Amino acid sequence: MGTTLKQSWKEKADQALGASPEDATLSKTYLFVSFITLLIGGVLGLIQGLNRAGILELPSWLNYYQVLTAHGILLILVFTALFTIGYFYAVLSHNLGGLLPKARKMAWIGFGLKVIGLIFVIVPIIMNEASVMFTFYPPLAAHPVFYFGLVLLVVGVWMCAFGAFIQVANWRKKNKGQHVPILSYFATGVFVLLFFSSIPVAIEVFMIIPWAIGWVETINVMLSRTLFWAFGHTLVNIWYLTAVSAWYVVVPKIIGGRRFSDTLTRVVIILLVILNIPGGFHHQIIDPGIAESVKFLHVFMSLAIGFPSLMTAYAMFAVFEKTARKKGGKGLFRWFNKLPWGDVRFLAPMVAMIAFIPGGAGGIAQSTNQLNQVAHNTLWVVGHFHLTLGTTAALTFFGISYWLVPYLSKRVLTPAINRLGVIQTIFWSAGMIFMAGAMHWVGLLGSPRRTSYTTYFDNATALSWDPYLIFLAVGGTLLMIGVLIQVYAVIHLMFFAPKGETEFPIAEEEDNASKTPYWTERWGMIIVIMLLVIAMGYVIPLVEMIVNAPPGSPPFRPW
Amino acid sequence: MKFHLDEKIWLIASFGVIIGMMLFTGYQTFVLGMGPPSHMETIDPQKVDETSPFDEPGLYQIGENEYEVVMTLQLFSFTPNEIEIPAGATVHFTLTSKDVTHGFQIAGTNVNAMVMPGHIQKITQTFTEPGEYLVLCNEYCGTGHQYMATTITVK
Ligand code: HEM
Ligand SMILES: [Cu+2]
Ligand SMILES: [Cu+2]
Repeated sequence: MGTTLKQSWKEKADQALGASPEDATLSKTYLFVSFITLLIGGVLGLIQGLNRAGILELPSWLNYYQVLTAHGILLILVFTALFTIGYFYAVLSHNLGGLLPKARKMAWIGFGLKVIGLIFVIVPIIMNEASVMFTFYPPLAAHPVFYFGLVLLVVGVWMCAFGAFIQVANWRKKNKGQHVPILSYFATGVFVLLFFSSIPVAIEVFMIIPWAIGWVETINVMLSRTLFWAFGHTLVNIWYLTAVSAWYVVVPKIIGGRRFSDTLTRVVIILLVILNIPGGFHHQIIDPGIAESVKFLHVFMSLAIGFPSLMTAYAMFAVFEKTARKKGGKGLFRWFNKLPWGDVRFLAPMVAMIAFIPGGAGGIAQSTNQLNQVAHNTLWVVGHFHLTLGTTAALTFFGISYWLVPYLSKRVLTPAINRLGVIQTIFWSAGMIFMAGAMHWVGLLGSPRRTSYTTYFDNATALSWDPYLIFLAVGGTLLMIGVLIQVYAVIHLMFFAPKGETEFPIAEEEDNASKTPYWTERWGMIIVIMLLVIAMGYVIPLVEMIVNAPPGSPPFRPW
Repeated sequence: MKFHLDEKIWLIASFGVIIGMMLFTGYQTFVLGMGPPSHMETIDPQKVDETSPFDEPGLYQIGENEYEVVMTLQLFSFTPNEIEIPAGATVHFTLTSKDVTHGFQIAGTNVNAMVMPGHIQKITQTFTEPGEYLVLCNEYCGTGHQYMATTITVK
């Protein structure tokens, strides 16, 4: 009894005073390195954009494919993972009465492993020993150190996942029969997905290492590729789920409203966890060695993820409308004016959501087998994920940073930095309209992705793409300005903004909200269903790939 | 759980879109025979030159205005290259890779297929419009990837 009282007093104290210094330092470190990664990744992105437009010729010591490998890994894996972990550890600390020393320690060990892993990955890329892209498809073979780095990155993520599980389990033991607070529930979903989706890639890397070193002569190319996408596809959906957490819980608070049904929010999380991993096959729609019937089954597996997203679209607009009408908003659309468009903490995630309308629609289109054949491996796809990952996820992360960083550093968001944030959002939106827009268009005309500037020996068709590629460079330049503003804002809020209290914005439920059923807390059951769905998607094709495998491939280093 | 009427409509419509896309894909695949390239045959990637039909890559006429192209893809070229065919010809491409993963894309058409070592890939196209078509590799395969291209001339 005494301890529970003390516990709840401590929880209240934490909520009043903000994160404990130790917890704040942990999250700040993750966020700081995350945004430095964004800065480097952005510079590399600009180099690519200018090169592809034919404006910038790279010096002989820097190869386009080195740049692209680094850009991909830094932004799809490192920037996003570090942000997500920093954010959710702040959530766990805030929601669950401070981090357990053990969980905090695991997150620090995870951080160390990831930093060392990152160095192991980056050095071979810089030395031109690993131009294999973030997908590192065998039989392209990087220097073995590159794969050791990947192992460390994965183990680092596992450390953080287990730290989070320990933290949540501990809270549940102390609060029997209660629901885990909603943001911590999101955190649980995210770490469950991170852990399970990284198992296939870990298996792949353990197949690759002995082969890259030379102990084993050949490798099963198709199997590696499939294991990769079970991970790679889930990864981007995890970043999306992270963004969604802020849409459901944080954005309603910022606009002065209540959040959408707690039950439906949790159902969306559960669906995204259960349905996600088999989606990886939509990266292999035009591969040989996978039967048409399997591919057809997987259209469903992929499109099913669209359903929770469409539920989310409804939920968000319902919250916006309700809040705006409560504030006196009228008309069919005029209530829109009642939303706080001048507040970057709202504007950035709002633009992120809007970007998901074309992003998600494009995703549904390219999941259908025949349309995929038009878009696959063209710049269309690059346009697609700069909308979904580079805007929907990234811009929500930016929006979060304007309250999360000052909350952690015990400073405040000044009107000046808020204005800067609004300008940042405008640059990002304009940049993406140009860049992602041009990529989509020129992709439909046939311009391939992952290809440095080329006219294919002055081929007329290839030359006709050049005008569109100029827009790609224009957009990339605007985005680079956006990156600079964003990184400046984060550093300012972390170290220089005026001292003060910043709230961790968590919206309340509606007063008349119905009670959430307790089965949503049964993670054991959710995970079993997830594994069954994964088995449905993967057992048949994997068995086919292993049993009917062709003779394997030796390593190649064609760079 | 209480659902509002408009929410029910939205969710049913969402489900409808997804199922509609599914049916559309299934119809195109199984009724119209427009499934994505998914050939299942395999080959020893280190013995492509000795394995039929890739021991003799080339353009073969197999019917009236119907052709088969047996083609190998390798760092950074297509064999055979610079193919010429008459307008209206239907061409069946039989493809494999001698080294890493490549892509086979013909700009301005829906021909797009992954070509992987150890696997034989097949895709068919009828070229009605005369002209010069750009064939390119759309999967990163090494430093010369941006030069991996050829043409098909339809006369
Ligand atoms: C300054 C901002 C940015 C610019 C100018 C930029 C530009 C580019 C360009 C031109 C490419 C494709 C090149 C090609 O396929 O040949 C590319 C690829 C990519 N970008 Fe960005 N980008 C930016 C920001 C981002 C962000 C914020 C993310 C994710 C959070 C991101 C993720 C990726 C990924 C995953 C690839 C694919 C790499 C691959 O194909 O292996 N980018 N970017
Ligand atoms: Cu995917
Ligand atoms: Cu290539």
